[in-house]
Amino acid sequence: MTAVADAVATRRLLDRFGFGPRPGELDAAVGRGFAATLDTLLAPPADPGAPAPDLPLITDRGTPGSPERKAAQQQRSTGQDTLTRWWLDRMWSTGAPLVERLTWFWHGHFATSAQKVNQPASLLTQNETLRGLGLGDFHALARAMVVDPAMLVWLDGRTNRVGAPNENLAREFMELFALGVGHYTETDVREAARALTGWTVDADAGTARLVPRRQDTGPKTILGRTAAFDAPAFVDLVVARPESAAFVAGRMWSRLVSTTPPSPAVLGALTDAYGPGRDLRALLRAIATSAPFHDSTTTLVKQPVEWAVGLMRAVGAQPSTVTTTVRKGRGAQGDPVHQHLEALGQVPFRPPSVGGWPAGTAWLTPSAQLDRMALARAVVTHATLPPGPSGANARIDWARRTLGVDAFGPRSTDALRDVAGGDPRAVLVVAALTPEYVISA
Amino acid sequence: MSNRLPEVTRRRFLTWSGVAAAAVGLTAGATQVPWSSLLDGATHTPLQPGQGVLVVVTLYGGNDGLNTVVPASDDTYQAQRHELAYSPAEVLDVGQGLGLNPGLAGTKGLFDDGRVAIVRGVGYPEPDHSHFRSMAIWQTASPASPTGAGWLGRWLDGTGEDPLRAVSMDSVLPPLLTGASTAASTLPATGSTLPTGAQGAAFRALAGVDPSDDLLRARVARSGRDLAQVEQVLGPTLAASRDRGASGNDAGAAAGSPAGGGKHSQLADQLQTIAALVEARVPTRVWSVSLGGFDTHADERDTQQRLLAELDAALTPFVARLGTTDAGRQVVTMVYSEFGRRVLANASQGTDHGTANPVFLLGAPVVGGLYGEQPSLTDLDAGDLRASTDFRDVYATVLSGVLGADPGSVLGPGRTPLSGVLAT
Repeated sequence: MTAVADAVATRRLLDRFGFGPRPGELDAAVGRGFAATLDTLLAPPADPGAPAPDLPLITDRGTPGSPERKAAQQQRSTGQDTLTRWWLDRMWSTGAPLVERLTWFWHGHFATSAQKVNQPASLLTQNETLRGLGLGDFHALARAMVVDPAMLVWLDGRTNRVGAPNENLAREFMELFALGVGHYTETDVREAARALTGWTVDADAGTARLVPRRQDTGPKTILGRTAAFDAPAFVDLVVARPESAAFVAGRMWSRLVSTTPPSPAVLGALTDAYGPGRDLRALLRAIATSAPFHDSTTTLVKQPVEWAVGLMRAVGAQPSTVTTTVRKGRGAQGDPVHQHLEALGQVPFRPPSVGGWPAGTAWLTPSAQLDRMALARAVVTHATLPPGPSGANARIDWARRTLGVDAFGPRSTDALRDVAGGDPRAVLVVAALTPEYVISA
Repeated sequence: MSNRLPEVTRRRFLTWSGVAAAAVGLTAGATQVPWSSLLDGATHTPLQPGQGVLVVVTLYGGNDGLNTVVPASDDTYQAQRHELAYSPAEVLDVGQGLGLNPGLAGTKGLFDDGRVAIVRGVGYPEPDHSHFRSMAIWQTASPASPTGAGWLGRWLDGTGEDPLRAVSMDSVLPPLLTGASTAASTLPATGSTLPTGAQGAAFRALAGVDPSDDLLRARVARSGRDLAQVEQVLGPTLAASRDRGASGNDAGAAAGSPAGGGKHSQLADQLQTIAALVEARVPTRVWSVSLGGFDTHADERDTQQRLLAELDAALTPFVARLGTTDAGRQVVTMVYSEFGRRVLANASQGTDHGTANPVFLLGAPVVGGLYGEQPSLTDLDAGDLRASTDFRDVYATVLSGVLGADPGSVLGPGRTPLSGVLAT
């Protein structure tokens, strides 16, 4: 247990509560100190960010094989690409990093995929809901999610009706969103499914609505309480449970701090801060001020999107500008960011399942290092950063400061020396592949 | 795609491998030697005759076993599944009143040839209805505490350091291939090549050992060393098989399209790549692939049949191809999912999470036929099928019969391989 210096803790804060520093930001944050940096992150200025794309609803899907069907499929695929590019750009440009990092966290938590949700506009709506409520009160966020149009499509809530309930949304809400496995019974799942009946999605409007005749208004017994629960009452019941507090705090911890769970004492401090108001901002403050957050051994594997966006921020390469010319006779060669994120196994809006993405060492595969290299090469080609100083040692140190790495060990320094005499951009590529950068120290 | 390996310096190699210079007979000084010769210390013995190879196919989402191996002539099935039910005329008869889903036409042909064993009613005590917990139970083979190493990860932990023993075709490692101290490898994407020149030297240097690394940083460096071996041993065959299979200028295409004009899919490509590597006798003993989308709470019939047809179009030419070479005849393929579905359909033309399910074993070493007991549709456990075969006994069967391992060392005591499923 070694507490890190204030400067290192501040750098870690930019990593874990954001997507890493942009040029100059790390020095400025270290100058202000950890406490002031945390205050700013938790009370961000208004950040309009990259304006959301205009994604018209797909209303005419035609019949199989018809021109209308083809056009609808084209609109869906274009819409998804536009949406993904917009969000990566927004992560890259944000002046409120914690808001965006939490939007990303909640997307992995309430994981909803374009693979089944065929309206890109609905995914955008959900994304904006996560952004708007992600740093407030978890009751409000959870209530919004059980009647979110994309979620109702994704987990079949839209076909959940009195008489033959569909359990999908009720089960995943308790298991993955709000309570955790082991804290409810199969009977609770079946009863909770009844509480969520009646909601459906108006496909052409992209909105959710309650259809009273499809709603089960009878009494249900959930988690030992009997009442005529509807969707909001069910959510409030679950979120008020003590296990829910520990579950949400633990999930946030595993993505922002470490895959080693907090000790009971630390977890207790987190849930106390989170409190009956389910105050996410207070929970985040408690996480950042906990002892493990300041311990040198609390390292975390960056997920591919975090690694890529962090690199693009550091070198000033806007994601949507990182393109390659379409080579003659080659198909989609134009979007290396998307291509390599896909190969790495993480594309926004396409989580593998409602459980979201894996964490930790699952990302550290032999092929991943090659994809990171290809992506880093494409990114630094579009860097807007002025070239670094000359001289091997100065250049290596420049790369270290640019990426916000505390120190390179002998192995990585040795590797950087191999390229320090050539194109300065090559130094950034190698620095981006060092274990010191792939893992957030 | 070039697979020529760049040069490394002796100093680098020593950092890399941690061996003494004398051991590799190098003279002092920064002699440039090819990477390939440096790896001679780890030269791989090709796959030997008699060494079995296991291909694991994971179906994510909970495949509806009742609509996969269908008791179509059973009145209870028809009554419980109303619009979801298949009629006896629609399914492909495999005997004992059961028929395969119409999407599995190729598999039915393999079954008729005696190359498919269907183990019915497979599950575990106190079945869990969570996708994630149940998949974790299957992947760790630890129903009580499914959090540690994967079952094949434990097999890896017990069989040395070689990163080629197990390979995941998915870029993110599934838990079943993650051990306490070891993990499976992954393959570079089509068109990825190792860097050369100064960047190549730096790239390799990044794979060196640094005593100040914590576990995670060491894992990143280790992944680079494993990549070197993957490229060295699998690279040439991989490149050749992908070149042969590439259709026109499609950079995304990998190995050959499925025979019989089936739907060209990623799974089909991955299996054809595995077949080529097995035929080249690479030393890999375990391969992992997957197909997702089986969580059919709504509109099940079309979705599941489409997915099963995709599986069928990938598996059929794969199993057929493997049957034509000696190395291929050493392969057994196992297909499983985390659970089946509830017997009674819901109102969304779908089914909710269930329990017991069939497991398929395919390949030349398999003695085809039906195994295990078909679960009763009337004697249910809270609406769910009762399992009669523990999945760990299926694992014990392949651990001993395919990998030549002691099932006890991986699964703990008391497991019994199924008799007669694998030819001895």
